[in-house]
Amino acid sequence: MHIPDGVINGPTSAGFGVIAAGGVGVALRRTGAYLSERQVPLAGLVAAFVFAAQMFNFPVISGMSGHLIGGLLAAVLVGPWAAVLVLSVVLAVQGLFFADGGLSALGLNIVNMGVIAPLGGYAVYRLLVGILPRSTRVVPLAAGLAAFASVVLAATGFVIEFAIGGTADVSTGAVLTAMLGAHVLIGIGEALLTALIVSAVMASRPDLVYGATAAPVATAVEVT
Amino acid sequence: MDRRTRAFFLIGLLVAIVCGVVVSQFASSNPDGLEYVAEQKGFIDTAQDHALSDFALADYGDGLTDNSTLNTAVAGLLGTVVTLIAGYGVFWLARRTRARDEEPQTTHGP
Repeated sequence: MHIPDGVINGPTSAGFGVIAAGGVGVALRRTGAYLSERQVPLAGLVAAFVFAAQMFNFPVISGMSGHLIGGLLAAVLVGPWAAVLVLSVVLAVQGLFFADGGLSALGLNIVNMGVIAPLGGYAVYRLLVGILPRSTRVVPLAAGLAAFASVVLAATGFVIEFAIGGTADVSTGAVLTAMLGAHVLIGIGEALLTALIVSAVMASRPDLVYGATAAPVATAVEVT
Repeated sequence: MDRRTRAFFLIGLLVAIVCGVVVSQFASSNPDGLEYVAEQKGFIDTAQDHALSDFALADYGDGLTDNSTLNTAVAGLLGTVVTLIAGYGVFWLARRTRARDEEPQTTHGP
């Protein structure tokens, strides 16, 4: 879902660059408030994993693939604000080293995949954990469903940016329909991969899963 | 880090490297959702070449050698390690931001 240079005009890209910088600034402070020293290498590991996982484009329909965003995955593993930092680092490395995602579009991409996906997705995750039965077994299920929502939300973020500053003369409605149609399908892949990875971590070190141990989720999930 | 957490970290890093070096070899080369929509809706032409598109690592090592398997493997390994180091740095910085907020009386520098 990496936006290249040119698709969104300069002023809009710059404006979202400011929003992204603000989001990263808030995330630095909010993450510093809860991250323990032993979690620093683990949060770095989550970033490395998300980078590596994003290299795998899975086939979706004829002529289209999708890849993990990992925003909700990172939010469940290390917390939503740390996830903003995880995705921002991944997107910066992709843009600066691998020509993936335009440099002028870095702010747009950070807002969609680095802010909307983890924060929006985690809000859905918290809601689901509150509704579903009290058990650690719901953690991968809620994570999968919220991951699906996070992809649809991130895709909607692009449509909003396109509506404000898209350089092509294409109707927003047409782009909205096409983006949602494509990303509902890609979101299923995101949901399956997220649920699988969260299950694996829950099976080995549930104490390291933020989304199972942090308030107020911990009171809704019986962490054993 | 205690021994169990260190083991978890090392296994996790191994899994990440295997994803970046091996699993990535099986990636679909079809356009992703956004690129697909851009083609379908006719705004793919507004996309410009990346400022660093001539860089050897561009498109995940596409211009490194004639061997695309090797290129992807090198890009996957390098990218995973660089992201780990950059991520560690950013989270170290986040912790430092907290420490500074908690101790406003502390003087910094010489």
